[in-house]
Amino acid sequence: MNLKTFKEFLIEKLIFLSGVTSIMLVILIFIFLTKEGLSLFKAVSLKDFLLGHYWYPISEPSQFGILPLILGSLFVTMGATIISVPIGVASAVYIAEIAPPRMKEVLKSGIEILAAIPSVVIGFIGMTTLVPFVKNALNLPTGLTAFSGSVMLAFMAMPTVVSIAEDALNAVPKKYKEAAFALGATHWQTIWRVVLRAASSGIVAAIMLGIGRVIGETMAVMMITGNAARIPTSLFQPVRTLTATIAAEMGETVQGSDHYHALFAIGIVLFVITFIINLIADFAVHRKLK
Amino acid sequence: MLVPMSIQNNERKQADVIVQTRELNLFYGDFQALKDVDIAIREKSITALIGPSGCGKSTFLRTLNRMNDLIEGVKITGEILIDGMNIRDEQIDLVSLRKKVGMVFQRPNPFPLSVAENILFAPKIHKTAQRKNHPMIVEECLKSVLLWDDFKDRLDMNALNLSLEQQQRLCMARLLSVKPDILLMDEPCSALDPIATERIEELMWILKENYTIIIVTHNMQQAARVSDDTGFMLLGELIEFGKTKRIFTNPQDQRTNDYITGRFG
Repeated sequence: MNLKTFKEFLIEKLIFLSGVTSIMLVILIFIFLTKEGLSLFKAVSLKDFLLGHYWYPISEPSQFGILPLILGSLFVTMGATIISVPIGVASAVYIAEIAPPRMKEVLKSGIEILAAIPSVVIGFIGMTTLVPFVKNALNLPTGLTAFSGSVMLAFMAMPTVVSIAEDALNAVPKKYKEAAFALGATHWQTIWRVVLRAASSGIVAAIMLGIGRVIGETMAVMMITGNAARIPTSLFQPVRTLTATIAAEMGETVQGSDHYHALFAIGIVLFVITFIINLIADFAVHRKLK
Repeated sequence: MLVPMSIQNNERKQADVIVQTRELNLFYGDFQALKDVDIAIREKSITALIGPSGCGKSTFLRTLNRMNDLIEGVKITGEILIDGMNIRDEQIDLVSLRKKVGMVFQRPNPFPLSVAENILFAPKIHKTAQRKNHPMIVEECLKSVLLWDDFKDRLDMNALNLSLEQQQRLCMARLLSVKPDILLMDEPCSALDPIATERIEELMWILKENYTIIIVTHNMQQAARVSDDTGFMLLGELIEFGKTKRIFTNPQDQRTNDYITGRFG
C-alpha cells in the first residue's frame, strides 16, 4: 500500500467515523434514557404512570401520574399550533408568491431574527407583557395560563413553519403556475388550487417540525404557563408541561430515587412523541417521491 | 366574454381572419425580440411559425394570450387583434382572453392532480359547469384527444404517472374544457419521440375542424406536414408568410430559402 492510497484510506475512515458518531450518540442517549427511565416501572405500573391523574412526586406515598403533564403539553402545543400554522403558512405564501423582491428580503431577515431570539427572552417578554394583559383582559385569577404559553410559543414555532413552508412553495415548478395562468386562473386561484396543493407535503412537514419545536420547548413555558400539575379543562388555566417538569425538578431529586427515574421516564415519553412527529414529517416529505 | 367587435371593421380584409397583428414590437428591456410583425391568421387553420432558436417565434406566441405579462421589463407596441378586439387594451379581461386563447407548452405540464381533476380545473375556477355535468366534460375532453379509451377506468390516476405523450394530450384536453377558439402550441412535440410526435400531429388535424391552431416549431418537416400557412421568422422579424406549400416549394426571400434548405438553422 503506497502513501497515496493509505491517505485515501485514512480520510475515508475518518469521515466514516464522524458520520457514525452522531448515530452512536443517539443510541447512547437512548440507552441511558431507557436504563434510567425504565427502572421506574419496578415501582409504578405503566398504566398508572401514563394515565394517573396526580403528580405528587415528593409526598408520602408518592404518586407519579403524568396525565396532567401530557395534557398540559398537549394544550400548549395545540394552542401554539392553531395560532402559528395559519399565520406561518400565510406569511410563507406572501413571501414566496406575492411580495415584491425588496419586501421579500426584509421579511426573510425579520423571520431569521425571530428565530434567533433566545427562548428565555421570549419567556421574559411574555411574563412582563402578555401575562398581565391576559389576566386583566380576561379577568382571570392569574395570567400564567396555557393560553399565554401558546401565544409565546407560537412566536417560536413561526420561523420554523415559515421558512420550511416557503422552501416548499418555492420548490413548486414554475410550469404549474404557467399552466394555471394560461387557463385563465387568477393569481389567488393559482396559489390556492395549484401551488398550495403541489406544496402540500412540504407544508405538512413544516407544520410537524413547528409542532416538534413547541413540544420540546422548556424555558419559555416554564416561565409563563404557571406550572400547576393538574388536569386542565380549558386553555385559560395554569398548566405544567412535560419539559418544564423535568427542568424544574431534576435539580432537587435524590439520584436513584423513584422520582429521579420518573423524570427520565418523562424524557422517554417526550422522546417518543418527538420521534413520531419527525416520522410524520419525514413521511410527508418523501410521499411525493413514490 | 370577449365580444367580437365589428364585422364592418375595415382592418379585417378577409372575413375569416381571427388573429391579426400590426407593427407589433416587443422589447425585453433594451433587447428587441419582435420587430414590426404583421400577420393575419385564418380561422380553423393550422399556422406554423418556424425559424432558428431565439428568432422570437415563442415570444410572438406568448403575446397572443399575454403570457408575457408575467415577465418583468417587457414592453410592447403595436396592435394585436383577436376577433377584431385589441387585446393590448388595458380594459381587456385577461381571464376571458385566456379562456378564448389556450396554450400548450413545450414541456407537458399537467397539474400534480388526477386525470379528471386536471380537466375539471378550468371549469371549476370559471364555474362554467354544474357539478353533475363534470363527468360528461371529462369524457368529452378526453375523447377529443383520444385518451378516453385508455383512461376511462383510471380517471383518478395521478397525471404525473402518464407517459409524456399522454401528458401532452391531457394538457390539450385540459384546454378544451374551457372551449377556446384558438390553441397556441409552443413546440408541443419537442419532448416527445417520433411516434408520439406523429400521433400528436394527427390529433392536430382532428382539432383543426373546430379550433384555430398556431404552432411554433423548429422542426421544419413538422411545419410542412401539419400546417396550412407558414411564417418564417428571423431575429424578431417575420421574413415571409404564406401558404405552407408555397413557402416550402417557392420561397420568395433568399433567407427563407436558405433556412428551409438547411443552409443555416
